[in-house]
Amino acid sequence: MTWDASLLWQFDFLILLMVIICAVAALTFKDLITSAVVFGAYSFLMCLLWTEMLAVDVAFTEAAVGAGVSTVFFLGTALHIKRRAKD
Amino acid sequence: MKLLSLVISLTLGFLLLLATADLPDWGDPQSPASIHVSNYYIENSVEQTSVPNFVTSVLADYRGYDTMFETIVIFCAGITVLTILRRSHRQKKKEVRPRPAREGKDLILISAARIIAPMMQIFALYVVAHGHHSPGGGFQGGVILGSSFILLALAYDLETILKRLKERSVIIMSGIGVAIYMGIGMICLFLGGNFLDYSAWSSVLGVSAVEARSHGMLGVEIGVAVTVMYIMFSLYADLSSGGEMDEGL
Repeated sequence: MTWDASLLWQFDFLILLMVIICAVAALTFKDLITSAVVFGAYSFLMCLLWTEMLAVDVAFTEAAVGAGVSTVFFLGTALHIKRRAKD
Repeated sequence: MKLLSLVISLTLGFLLLLATADLPDWGDPQSPASIHVSNYYIENSVEQTSVPNFVTSVLADYRGYDTMFETIVIFCAGITVLTILRRSHRQKKKEVRPRPAREGKDLILISAARIIAPMMQIFALYVVAHGHHSPGGGFQGGVILGSSFILLALAYDLETILKRLKERSVIIMSGIGVAIYMGIGMICLFLGGNFLDYSAWSSVLGVSAVEARSHGMLGVEIGVAVTVMYIMFSLYADLSSGGEMDEGL
């Protein structure tokens, strides 16, 4: 299979931009549940990046563990502690 | 204090960005990893293990020792969370946040979960079994299997699922998963090979040494999947119920 990554640089750029936005947003939100969901979105965007770099096995793991299960873990934990972060 | 941490993180980020410039380009055929390591696996993997997906053969065979301890790490993580959080009803402290009692069950949610969960489980088994030929393997398949039970626990409540997937069996089965992995490796020793050298299995399975390595990898992946599945479910059960294993989210 031939693959020219330069054809897709706009796609790449968009994902990277959204990764940064999600990373900053996950840190900024005071509400932990919102943070957890945004962090899930971050993981999913990373999964897209891995796929785009043809690291499909890693992307699969990222989708299953990062975007899937760990978001549920974060949500489950956030419901049991104080919901709002101090800073 | 905030300003100081901003300065520190900006400096660190800048230094890391500077260092990235020295890394070889993505997909560079002249990078050190592509010259020395990858070539060996790309040229010999199919010949030596009859597994077309190099990632699986490297993960479960060439670097089987690493994967074994990764599985043990997951096992330890699950057991640690269990040890720290689990408490019986007698020691119940007052709730941090009073939660409203669950009123009935959501029909739409349950109907959807009942349809999706079996499909997830079949897909997870496919991911485990087909890891030799396509992306996937024990870890991913185990996580999907575990999350199918998490989905059911979210749709019904945790108690209903814990009746099917007993806490005691969760602990025992996650240990059995690690035991399957190590057992397959240990039996190699008794059959006259090295630890985790699955080609020693050829005399028992009645296949060639190359085929035996492929089968050994499948066995190992099944062990990983069992551990990961039960640990993922136990992590969810502990975290979502605060260690009381009663109603969950």
